[in-house]
Amino acid sequence: MTNTIKQIFHSPKFVVGFCIMAFILLSMIIYPLVNPGNPLEMIGLGSFQKPGTYVSLYDSIDSSSTIFKLPDAENNRISQKLKDEDRIAIMNWLIDYGVSESDINLSDTNSLLDLWWKNYDSSILVEGMTKAKRNYYMRLNKSLESAKRTEEYVVSHTDKELNELETVRTIENTDYVNIQDVANVKRLPLGTDNFGRDVLKELVSACGTSLRIGLIAGAIATLIGLTFGLLAGYVGGIVDDIIMFITNIFTVIPSFVLLLLISYSIGQDQRGASTIALVIGFTSWVWTARAVRAQVISLRKRDHVNLSKLSGHSLIRIIITDILPYIASYVVMAFILQISTAILAEAQLSMLGLGPKTTEVPTLGLMMNWSMLYAAHLNGSWWAYFPVLLTIALISFSLNLMNTGLDQVFNPTLRD
Amino acid sequence: MKGYRKYFGKKIIWLIITFIAAVLLNFILPRLLPGDPVAVITARTAQGVSEASAVKQIYEDYASKFGINKPMHVQFFSYCKNALKGDFGLSFSQYPRPVSDIIHDAIWWTICLQFPAIVIGWFIGNFLGVLAAYIRKGFDKILMPIFLFFSSIPAFGMAIILLVIFGIHFKIAPTSGGYGFDLIPSFSFKFIGSVISHYHLPFWSIVLISIGAQAVGMRSMSIYELNADYVKYSRFMGICDRKIVGYVFRNAMLPQITGLALSVGTMVGGALVSEIVFSYPGLGTVIYQAVTMSDYPLLSATTLIITIMVLIVSFGIDIIYAFIDPRIKAAQFD
Repeated sequence: MTNTIKQIFHSPKFVVGFCIMAFILLSMIIYPLVNPGNPLEMIGLGSFQKPGTYVSLYDSIDSSSTIFKLPDAENNRISQKLKDEDRIAIMNWLIDYGVSESDINLSDTNSLLDLWWKNYDSSILVEGMTKAKRNYYMRLNKSLESAKRTEEYVVSHTDKELNELETVRTIENTDYVNIQDVANVKRLPLGTDNFGRDVLKELVSACGTSLRIGLIAGAIATLIGLTFGLLAGYVGGIVDDIIMFITNIFTVIPSFVLLLLISYSIGQDQRGASTIALVIGFTSWVWTARAVRAQVISLRKRDHVNLSKLSGHSLIRIIITDILPYIASYVVMAFILQISTAILAEAQLSMLGLGPKTTEVPTLGLMMNWSMLYAAHLNGSWWAYFPVLLTIALISFSLNLMNTGLDQVFNPTLRD
Repeated sequence: MKGYRKYFGKKIIWLIITFIAAVLLNFILPRLLPGDPVAVITARTAQGVSEASAVKQIYEDYASKFGINKPMHVQFFSYCKNALKGDFGLSFSQYPRPVSDIIHDAIWWTICLQFPAIVIGWFIGNFLGVLAAYIRKGFDKILMPIFLFFSSIPAFGMAIILLVIFGIHFKIAPTSGGYGFDLIPSFSFKFIGSVISHYHLPFWSIVLISIGAQAVGMRSMSIYELNADYVKYSRFMGICDRKIVGYVFRNAMLPQITGLALSVGTMVGGALVSEIVFSYPGLGTVIYQAVTMSDYPLLSATTLIITIMVLIVSFGIDIIYAFIDPRIKAAQFD
């Protein structure tokens, strides 16, 4: 046994897969400790906030500030406002206005802006320009002017009794606040989803649910498959015929169709994560049953089994002591594959809107479903779906890798 | 020919049995399970109706319309009779359009998308798999994990990734639909061009996924065959490498063909979901609409059609297999 385990851990493929899986499991355990709370809490108003660190504007007004005279502060301020398409728009305006193209340097912000300030006038009518376009340039000019401005901001609050504004603070353009001094800072490494929920927190929790679905479904499928396979292979006769009849039918009828029909018929209210896991388990045992049966048939006529039979051992004892150990490695591998198929199946079902009921637990499939419903892929909110996809792919990749690694250990002909 | 006849006879009997089982399942499952589709429909229609007797009236009306108040076997025979005539009832969500009409519109999109994609993916995958097994070393070390990773991505995931990269970022392919939204299906150059440009992304997303899965399987099959005695023997005999690879390819291919017959169902399932990502006008999108609008007749008919398609395809592959596998050919001479 120890020898086998040692051998397994010598297979590079298994080790890589194992490490990925261990990493996923560890982060599932550790992350909720670091960042506790309900993963489905809607913290943000509005959907799909970008990933990053959110600093409370309100609190930073109260924080003590220091003065830094940074040479590139003004440039940064302007280039923050000036996106690539704005630069191109500015260039187009300048060309239309009559500046020669060779004078314009797109990447040099200073020279580009110098040309812009020198030439732009909102009253100039460039030929062939629509009103919308003219308004766009006016807006652009205004936002650039506000970025150039050096006057301080005045923050005030309303005095209720006198009904007038009382100045709280003036903010210079050289004032800086240390982020440590601000009371409320929210780090959202993966932003928020369509409901304003923390994607990373949700993802970690969803990963746990999906793995649980995978485990339950895989365990059920393996158990049914193993029982059927053992019975059909070892007992043979009419039992074999009946089981093979059922198995043959279910191999050709796509399990996807069965899954669809069953989860639709169960109805929205009954569809919890564990129900879905059960349904997936009950529809995906066929492969295991077929393979176990084939293996058992080749074992049935071996000498040690015959010897056991002659000694009058019971059927259960023969199966457990003489047959199971020989197919154990295969069953473990089938189990691993079942887990990864079950996770994929849950994701597919949820994409169709047939996944677990949505309000209680997040699953990887549900996260995908919501982000697709709110068109995250069309409006560029990659953080809402890409990490989820990557997690699904990584989980099933690591399981597949472990499986290949095991295959090479137990199946010497496949070894490198 | 006797061997063939026996083989085909057996296969056809199985086809018929599975077909009957599929129809039965399609009929029985919704009736056995706790949820009551008619209750769901009633709840939808009776929204805002507060009077209990009115709701009951609506329920009974639907019950007699769908015939669920008749005994089970009567229902089953009328179901079969209508299904044989291609009559699957009326759709709820697109009332009063018949279900068969919706499916008729969608089915060719799905067949034309998935059939070539799965076949091409299968060929490329098998070719790369043999190559990886034969060359080994660097090629295999790099390709093998890539294949595995590709086969681990769900089909809809690949669809989304391709959509975002080529449809939205590079803007070289349209992002949704089967043809331009401003066109009406016809045999004009403009329409066909539009169909082809919309075809690329869903097509390649399915191809890429099946390449991964097939290559992994073919690689281990080929490695298995390369270690077989006949390969070693041929090597001792001094037969040139290319010829040996040819033998290995043929032998490793056979299990792959049966593998294809058996996995067509799974592949179609994945590919159907990726149709949704592109809003491709095929059966996948129809299923999605049926689910979101709780249109039971449509869903049930669609799943039945998909099952029949998969049955026919796997039967077809079994027939082809009979002509390729020398062991079945040999059975003729027994």
